[in-house]
Amino acid sequence: MKRRDFVQLAGLGIGGMLLPFSTLGNPVPVEAMLDSPLDTSQKKQLADVALNTAKAAGATYADIRIGRYLNQFITTRENKVQNLVNTESFGAGIRVIANGTWGFAATNLVTADGIRKATQQAVAIAKANSKFQKEPVRLAPVKGHGEVTWKTPIQKNAFEVPVSEKTDLLLKANAAALQNGASFVNSNLFQINEQKYFASTEGSYIDQDIHRIWPTFTVSAIDRASGKFKTRDALSAPMGMGYEYMIPKAEDKVKGIAGTMLYRNSYDIVEDAAIAAKQAKEMITTAKSVEPGKYDLVLEPNHLGLTIHESVGHPLELDRILGYEANYAGTSFASLEKLKSGNFKYGSNLVNIFADKQQPGSLGAVGYDDEGVKSRRWDLIKDGIFVNVQAIRDQVHMLGQNESHGCCYSQSWSDVQFQRMPNVSLAPGKDPYSPEQMIKDVEKGIYIAGRGSFSIDQQRYNFQFGGTVFYEIKNGQIAGMLNDVAYQSNTQEFWNSCAKICDEKDYRLFGSFFDGKGQPSQVSAVSHGSATTRFNGVNVINTGRTI
Amino acid sequence: MAILSKEEAKKILEKVISLSKADGCSVTLNGNDRGNIRYARNSVSTAGENSNIVLGVQSYYGKKSGSATINEFDDASLEKVVRRSEELAKLAPENPEFMDPLPQQNYGPDSKTFSEATANITPDFRAQAAADSINPAAAKDVTAAGYLEDSRGFSCMMTSKGLYAYNKATSVDFTVTMRSNDGTGSGWAAADLNDVSKLNAADISKIAIDKALMSRNAKAIEPGKYTVILEPSAGADLIRLMLNMNARQADEGRSFLSKKGGGTKLGEKLVDERVNIYTDPWSEDVPASPWSGDGLARKKMDLIRNGAVANLIYDRYWATQKNVEAVPFPGNAIMDGGSASLEDMIKDTKKGILVTRFWYIRPVDPQTLLYTGLTRDGTFYIENGKIKHPIKNFRFNESPIIMLNNLETLGQQKRAVTSEGGTNVYIPYMKIRDFTFSSLSDAV
Repeated sequence: MKRRDFVQLAGLGIGGMLLPFSTLGNPVPVEAMLDSPLDTSQKKQLADVALNTAKAAGATYADIRIGRYLNQFITTRENKVQNLVNTESFGAGIRVIANGTWGFAATNLVTADGIRKATQQAVAIAKANSKFQKEPVRLAPVKGHGEVTWKTPIQKNAFEVPVSEKTDLLLKANAAALQNGASFVNSNLFQINEQKYFASTEGSYIDQDIHRIWPTFTVSAIDRASGKFKTRDALSAPMGMGYEYMIPKAEDKVKGIAGTMLYRNSYDIVEDAAIAAKQAKEMITTAKSVEPGKYDLVLEPNHLGLTIHESVGHPLELDRILGYEANYAGTSFASLEKLKSGNFKYGSNLVNIFADKQQPGSLGAVGYDDEGVKSRRWDLIKDGIFVNVQAIRDQVHMLGQNESHGCCYSQSWSDVQFQRMPNVSLAPGKDPYSPEQMIKDVEKGIYIAGRGSFSIDQQRYNFQFGGTVFYEIKNGQIAGMLNDVAYQSNTQEFWNSCAKICDEKDYRLFGSFFDGKGQPSQVSAVSHGSATTRFNGVNVINTGRTI
Repeated sequence: MAILSKEEAKKILEKVISLSKADGCSVTLNGNDRGNIRYARNSVSTAGENSNIVLGVQSYYGKKSGSATINEFDDASLEKVVRRSEELAKLAPENPEFMDPLPQQNYGPDSKTFSEATANITPDFRAQAAADSINPAAAKDVTAAGYLEDSRGFSCMMTSKGLYAYNKATSVDFTVTMRSNDGTGSGWAAADLNDVSKLNAADISKIAIDKALMSRNAKAIEPGKYTVILEPSAGADLIRLMLNMNARQADEGRSFLSKKGGGTKLGEKLVDERVNIYTDPWSEDVPASPWSGDGLARKKMDLIRNGAVANLIYDRYWATQKNVEAVPFPGNAIMDGGSASLEDMIKDTKKGILVTRFWYIRPVDPQTLLYTGLTRDGTFYIENGKIKHPIKNFRFNESPIIMLNNLETLGQQKRAVTSEGGTNVYIPYMKIRDFTFSSLSDAV
């Protein structure tokens, strides 16, 4: 095998020839990695085994997800590639309703026999649990889609890019950071490909190919004499894109504050690493510790996305609102009574927040969710009023609605699908308004870019957020870098303090790549779009301490 | 089904090693059966079981290594996984930090991580645990949400240098949240055990019900610095954050254990001198595997002794750089306690706050180990030796280092369940002065 072959192979995951495809007689040879391990007609045949077995065993509904999940994670520090992880997972998860109760079982034996047994197990589990079921499951109607496909509209499949090209790029970014004064730098590239086939007794056979990518780094600056250290993370966003995100384009660069560069649909990791090193140095040398008090905050999209995620995305999950997550993530202040009142003022009149499972480039974009519902867009907060939530097929009847929002997702074939957050975004302002103009209008404020520390209570009232970089705004001017900044607020108070939103030219996506929820916990990936936004009079604390 | 005995696993691994044509290799084999039940709104919501077994091979040539995994064990598959790892190794970039596999280590006796009773848990057992929680809740006008997960599994590794390590383990984790139906009270209780025969789901559920009822109609008090009594779960939520005592980060100047002017705080006083934290894989209360993932033997070892940093964790590469013995990551942590019961500690408190647990704990400043988070599911005001009334939850901004310098009393120990994962710990109830609560939360 030549090096070029290695990188191709490594780029496609190491386990390809090793999969237990006993329907095909033997493990697939490595060359077959370039193709799908099973073609759609084979998947359909296997899916029908599950659906027929379930019905014969007394299930009133069944779905099967045959999934192949490829991950490649590259880890480097300074001039070394520390780790290259290629994983592949292949199997099938079967979910049924019997006696009005859900049952689920999964198997890595993707054979007619393996699937039949797992289906019987799922039905047995459903029947056993039905003894404790108070209300039978009610599914919102969904139309059978027949045989359909959907694919993330990528330009360059990251799994086909040679590993050496990726490691060279990360090492180049590391070198740029070190040349610009960083003491250490760690960088990572995460790439995920979900190849999932869904079929249900409603008559859908859906084949999807989903791609996600996230380059990131942490630059550290250290002053040994004082014993101080500071870090500055990348200002990239994880995206629902291919490797094209890693190829910088001039039109995707947005000039930020004090030499910071922000990025839209492509990312310049080398440039950002160099800027990061300079900013980390500034943090340990000249940056001031913040004076606690009330400030007007100017929040850049790659920062505000996380605030949207925590204070709007999670509280508007219907399973949380109803108490299904009470034992883990918690419940929600955004009750159904508040929703039904039709006048709950979640935010100021400027605040329009929508869910959208179709947004191009977003992490949550799919054609269909993991229970065969076509993806769509809907409003959550309209002119500041709380108007809708996020729900799936077995929940919407509790809202008096009869159409699922298409929010069902599972992290793998081996976990049961449940309600997960769609992309939730803040609509940009309608009037032309730039971040520069916004800063000019602020007397006493702080500009925050990038994600930082985040914490919010189990009903999503009280939160505290940090950021990546902070700049003081004094009388419309940037007055220098700040350290030790965190802001605390209450969700409703915060969104009602929203005073101005920049226009669509400044609209960009933030992403959360490993969002955790459920027991057993599952991760999902979701994006949040916004333009730079101003919030008035928010409480800022100083987080500096000595030990 | 997925549990192979020490001898059965050894045979497979020996066969794999014998197929190696590289400079050498390390092979791991891990198998696990898991089952769970989840309930909410006084009704079972999901339940399931899964089983998994994976063989991993890492082959190397000099400083180049490659890994491959498989979940089939016929001869042809074993051959293929070895060849695949070798092909990847030949073409991988050199890793200057690659360490040759270890020869045989002395692991001492087996630790008590496995329980037959836990290995034999059935779906009916899980359903009964849920019923033991749901039925009393319904009777008290309270709503139950809970989760039980059990696991039985084994892990082993073998190297071409002659190492063979094997451990089997079981666990059962049970957590339950009870919420009063008027929406103003919430209580939580939990158990994390190796041996399910020590689990009493009804007793744990009763604690959560009592807390839910006791915490109804909480009053707001001003945020600020308060004396707190931390139940073991709350204490462990913060103590676990200081257990990553990584030598390399400290040497590099980017850890709370880095010293001004360079070097580490090894040997220096870090917290109150009554604080002693150690690790011991053979602990009866919180057993851990006697070897770590890289094959190093774990020992009983001090982490903090009389308030000073007693040991740092050295991975094998960093140990060679620093010319010291490698120190594996601990599998558990035990903090010495005292004789005071919770009741004694409350009786002894003039003004303070009892904390059941913390939630959404996130780092704010790695330099000082400052974290933020909130109290949750049972926070009570203590006055003149008595629990006076429930109080609204607080957000804290606090460092476990600062907290352990403000130690008042160490109470009796308990195996703690942390809210957000981490190493298994056995720690005391703790009374701490000047704990920093920075704002109020309306969350119940």
